[in-house]
Amino acid sequence: MAGPELYGALAQFETPEALIAAAKAARQKGYRRLDAFTPFPVHQLNSILRLHDRRVLWLGLIGGCFGFFAALAMQIFTNYDYPINVGGRPLYALSAFAVVAFELTVLFAALFPAFGMLALNGLPRLNHPLFAAAAFPLASRNRFFLCVLADDARFDEKDTVFFLKGLAPVSVELVPS
Amino acid sequence: MTASSDARPILPPDQSYGDVTDQLAGIPLNFPTRRRWLIALGLSSLLLGLLFVSAIVLFSTGVGIWGLNIPVNWAFAIHNYVWWLGIGHAGTLISALLLLLGRDWRNSLNRFAETMTLFAVMCAGIYPILHLGRPWFVYWMFPYPATMQVWPQFRSPLEWDIWAVLTYLTVSVVFWYIGLVPDLAAARDRARRRRWQVFFGVLALGWRGSAMHWMRWNQAYRLLAALAVPLVVSVHSEVSLLFAAGTIPGWHSTIFPPYFVLGAAFSGFAVVSMIAIVLRSLFRLHNLVTDDHLDVLGKVLLATGLMTAYGYVFEIFDTLYSGNVHELQTLTDRVTGQYGWSYWGAIVFNFLALQPLWWKTVRRSPWALFAISTSVVIGMWLERYMILVTSLYRDFLVSSWGEYHATFWDWAIFAGTIGLFFVPFLLLIRLLPVISIFETKEVLYEEQQQATLASPAEVAHGRA
Repeated sequence: MAGPELYGALAQFETPEALIAAAKAARQKGYRRLDAFTPFPVHQLNSILRLHDRRVLWLGLIGGCFGFFAALAMQIFTNYDYPINVGGRPLYALSAFAVVAFELTVLFAALFPAFGMLALNGLPRLNHPLFAAAAFPLASRNRFFLCVLADDARFDEKDTVFFLKGLAPVSVELVPS
Repeated sequence: MTASSDARPILPPDQSYGDVTDQLAGIPLNFPTRRRWLIALGLSSLLLGLLFVSAIVLFSTGVGIWGLNIPVNWAFAIHNYVWWLGIGHAGTLISALLLLLGRDWRNSLNRFAETMTLFAVMCAGIYPILHLGRPWFVYWMFPYPATMQVWPQFRSPLEWDIWAVLTYLTVSVVFWYIGLVPDLAAARDRARRRRWQVFFGVLALGWRGSAMHWMRWNQAYRLLAALAVPLVVSVHSEVSLLFAAGTIPGWHSTIFPPYFVLGAAFSGFAVVSMIAIVLRSLFRLHNLVTDDHLDVLGKVLLATGLMTAYGYVFEIFDTLYSGNVHELQTLTDRVTGQYGWSYWGAIVFNFLALQPLWWKTVRRSPWALFAISTSVVIGMWLERYMILVTSLYRDFLVSSWGEYHATFWDWAIFAGTIGLFFVPFLLLIRLLPVISIFETKEVLYEEQQQATLASPAEVAHGRA
C-alpha cells in the first residue's frame, strides 16, 4: 500500500437500486467494512450491510423508566417533607401524581434516545474525511454512495477501485483520511 | 417501510431528487420574496413591540389593568393560553401521528406544522407567566430546596400544568430538530457563501447520511413520534382538567378531556391549512403542496370539526341528563345569556361555516379553504371564551354574579402574542428549509418503486 493514510474508496451511484446491487456485490466479494451514504433512508441497506443496533430503543426504555421513577420519587418526597392536609385527602395520591409521572416518563423517554442517537452516531462531528471527497456533497442531494473502508481486511487500493469500477458507478474516488 | 394506501401518487412523480433538493434548499439560500417577507416581518414586529409595551405596563401596574375580577377571575390569560396551545397540537399530530400511520401526504406539511407548534406553545406558555402577577417568582413552580422550606403542591392541576407544557415544548423542539438535521446537511452542501456554510454546517452537526446513522436516526425519530402522540393527548387533557377538576357548573364534566383535545386538533389543522396555502403561493410550491394536500386537509378539518360538534351536543346532553339546577342555569346562560354571542358564534364559525367542506371543489380551492380555516380559528377562540366566561359570570351564589369585559390591555397582549408567533416563525422560514427535503425525496422514491412494481404486473397481465 502506497499511501497509508486512506479512509476508503467511494463509489457514486445514480439510483438507490444501483447502490443496493453494488452493496450486495461488495458483501459477496467479501468486503465487511462497508458504509453507504444516501440522501434519504434506504431501508433495504440495513439487512444487506448487516446493520444491527437496537441501543437507541433500549435508551428509550431506560429513559422512560428513569423519568417515571424520578417523578414519583420527587412527588412522594415533597409531600413527605412538606405535608399539607387538603380536606383529608391522601398525602401520597398516586392518581394525582400520575400526570407529572407521565410527563417525565415521556420527557426522558424522548431525550435519552434523541441524544443517544447523536452520541452513538458520533455526532456532532463537523469535520470528517468524507467531506473532502469531491462528489460527496451530492450524498445529500440525489446520489447514492458506497464506501469500502480502508481498514477492511480485503481492502487494496488498486483491487478495490477496480472492483468498484466494475459495478457501473458514476464515479469512484479514493478518500484520504 | 411506509406503504401508501392511496391509489394515486400524492406528489407529481415526474420530479427528480435533485430538483426538489435545489428548490427547497434554495429557499433560504436564495430567498425569493424578500419584499413581502419584510413587510410581514415588519407588521409582526410591530405586534411584538406591542406585546413588550403591554408586558411592561402589566408588570409595573399589575393584573388589575386586565378586565378580570371576581367572579370572572380567569379570562383572557387562560382563554388564549388554551387557544394557542390547541393550535400547536395539530403540528405534532400531523408530524407524529401521520408518520406512524404511514400517510405520505404528511411529508409536505410536517416541517412548517412543527415549526408552528413551537411558537404556538411559546405563545401559550407566556400567558400563565404573565398571569402570575409577580412573574419573577415563576421559579416557585419548580421543586428546589427553598430557604422557606416549602415544596410545590403536586396534587394540584395548576402544578401539573407547567410540567406538561415544558415537557411538550422540549419534546417538540427535540423532535423538530432531529427531523431537521438531514435537511440542514442538504442545505450545508448546497450553500456557496461562507456565512451560510458555517451556519448550516454547525447546525447540521456533521450529518453524512451514513446507512448506520440513518438506521439509528429512524429508530429515534419514530420512537419520538410514538411518544409525541400520547403526549399531545395528555397535555390538552391536563389543560382541560384545570377546568374539569373544579366544581364550577359548565366545567365539571368528563367529556372535557376529549372535547378539548379534539377542539385543539381542529383549530390547529385550520392554522396548518392557512399556513400551507400562504407558503405554497409565496414560494411557488404547488408541485409539493398540491391540491390533493388541500383536499386531505379539508377532510381532516371537517372530521375534527364534526367531532368538536359532537362535544357541543354532548355538553347539552350531559347537562340535561344530570338535571342539576346550576348546570341547567349555566346552559341557559350560555345559549340565551349576556354572552350568548360567543356560544352562537362558536356554532356558526365552527359548525355551519364548515359544511361546504363536504364538496370536493371547496376543499381543493385555496381561497375557500383559507376562508373556512379563518372561520374555524375565530370560532375556536369564541368557544374557549364561551366555556370560560359563561361558566364563571353566574355561578352558584346569585350575590356573586358579575360581568366580564376585556380591556384595552387584554386585547393588546393578545394581539402582541400574534406578533410573538409570527416574528420567530417568519425568521425560521427565512433561515431553514420550510418543507422537509429528504422526506419529500422518500415519498418520490416510494412512488417510483410502486410504479415499477405496478408496471411489470401490467405487462405480465397484458401478455396473459
